[in-house]
Amino acid sequence: MSTPEIPQRPWRQRYHVSAIAWTVTIVVLLILSSMATGANFGMFLANINQFTVLLVQMSHPAWAYLSVIIQPLYETIQMAILGTTIGAAFAIPFSLLAASNLVGNKVLRNLIRLFLDLVRTLPDLLLAAIFVAVFGIGSTAGVITLAIFSFGMVSKLFYEVIETIDMGPLEAMKSVGASKVTIIWYAVLPQILNQFVSYFLYTLEINVRASTVLGYLGAGGIGVYLQRSLDQFNYSATAVIILATLVVVMVIDGVSNHLRRVLL
Amino acid sequence: MQATATQTNPIISFKHVNKIYDNGTVGLKDINFDIPRGQFLVVVGLSGAGKSTLLRTINRMHEITSGEVLVDNESVSDYKGKALRHLRRHIGMIFQNFNLVKRATVEKNVLSGLVGYYPTWRCVLGLFTPHDRKRAFQALDRVSLTKKLFSRADELSGGQQQRVAIARALMQDPKIMLADEPIASLDPRTTKAVMDTLKRLNREDGITVIVNLHSVELAREYADRIVGLRSGELVYDEPIDQVTEAGLNQIYQTKPEA
Ligand SMILES: Nc1ncnc2c1ncn2[C@@H]1O[C@H](COP(=O)(O)OP(=O)(O)OP(=O)(O)O)[C@@H](O)[C@H]1O
Ligand SMILES: [Mg+2]
Repeated sequence: MSTPEIPQRPWRQRYHVSAIAWTVTIVVLLILSSMATGANFGMFLANINQFTVLLVQMSHPAWAYLSVIIQPLYETIQMAILGTTIGAAFAIPFSLLAASNLVGNKVLRNLIRLFLDLVRTLPDLLLAAIFVAVFGIGSTAGVITLAIFSFGMVSKLFYEVIETIDMGPLEAMKSVGASKVTIIWYAVLPQILNQFVSYFLYTLEINVRASTVLGYLGAGGIGVYLQRSLDQFNYSATAVIILATLVVVMVIDGVSNHLRRVLL
Repeated sequence: MQATATQTNPIISFKHVNKIYDNGTVGLKDINFDIPRGQFLVVVGLSGAGKSTLLRTINRMHEITSGEVLVDNESVSDYKGKALRHLRRHIGMIFQNFNLVKRATVEKNVLSGLVGYYPTWRCVLGLFTPHDRKRAFQALDRVSLTKKLFSRADELSGGQQQRVAIARALMQDPKIMLADEPIASLDPRTTKAVMDTLKRLNREDGITVIVNLHSVELAREYADRIVGLRSGELVYDEPIDQVTEAGLNQIYQTKPEA
């Protein structure tokens, strides 16, 4: 018996070619992009003065304004919940079809993935601007924007979860003569449900934050008031809006974090 | 090779079965033999010999490349859709990793053995008849696990999970039970419990049982007949009273490399 020869590592691996190439590429891209966009630290420092003026005004929040913004804040949360729910509901069938361990048909799967990638490249601000133009100022535009944004994000998260499931139970269900739908219901859903809910909550957190910004474009909710106060240089009202939003976001993050911990 | 050719009307027969995987690996090579009704057959062979492949061609979890697999004198190769599901619902299968839905209750796992007999919408809504729920309980009783009816599957030990898997297969009212290394991850005592259960189903219900095993000792203890595979070929086939140590050793001899 001869001792087996240790196989030689290819030179690409031996000299870490790809790691080095990536590092160089990323550094070059960083430098180029900062040159192209004209990002300039000097300008930031020169205008810091302006910033202190704003801060001084904002440090005197007009608390009376709070009663005005309760309703729009509530609307913002509603928008986020509705948009996330619609988006996630549509994401379920698409993520099942995009999962490589469930769909053998490569063409179908890649078409679905291409579609999902396209949806994800649409910036939410652009969507909001379009839907405000179509539906007018109000929360309908906001809900649709958030639904599409959530759909794109959640379906990717969902199909990545599906691809990590234990295939054993699927094999077992197949072996007892189950139909495709029954297999998904009995062997796939129980394995992914908790993570689905967790990602739903995570997306909801993001959407509550996003919807304040969307409102700025007229898509309903608290953002409309934020924009108004800024336009009127009413910084003490701005301060109240920001603080109230902060509290709401923190509460929602806290609740959702807690739920997700319990779930996983 | 001593085939049991005297037996008429075998429940399963392999006729020149070849299986080549997409990547060119030879899974099975000209497999030819019959399995009579009610036999307890053990398949042995080295890792990679093709035991799992052989087992899975019976219920078409794997497709074969050429030849024929007959179950109840009918070639299974052409079954599609509903016919295939109907073939499978009469063939129980248990696995090395049990393959239970861990987050579901034991009851639900056992009932899931029935889904081949129910329309999809009833499965989805979980609408099983009271009669079938009772049968699930009885199936658990046969594997001595009635106390665990409402436990979650992942709260059970490995041996208990495998018995739940057997109960699930029992719900199928199977003619054939396929077991792919059902005890590979179990300790000696649980191993005995699981193998005894399989043997009992074979003796009491007349279910044809085919088990892949790594342990030659267990094979000799439980089998009516032992077949051996090596690199996809059937190299050994003896009824239990003809099995000898020397014969078994020959299965595990690797071919001298060219
Ligand atoms: N999906 C697959 N694609 C390609 N080759 C495969 C596939 N499944 C199995 N094989 C190969 O086919 C051969 C037989 O595999 P099989 O799983 O049937 O062996 P086994 O006897 O069950 O082994 P073990 O005792 O390890 O379970 C092996 O060489 C294996 O690598
Ligand atoms: Mg195997």
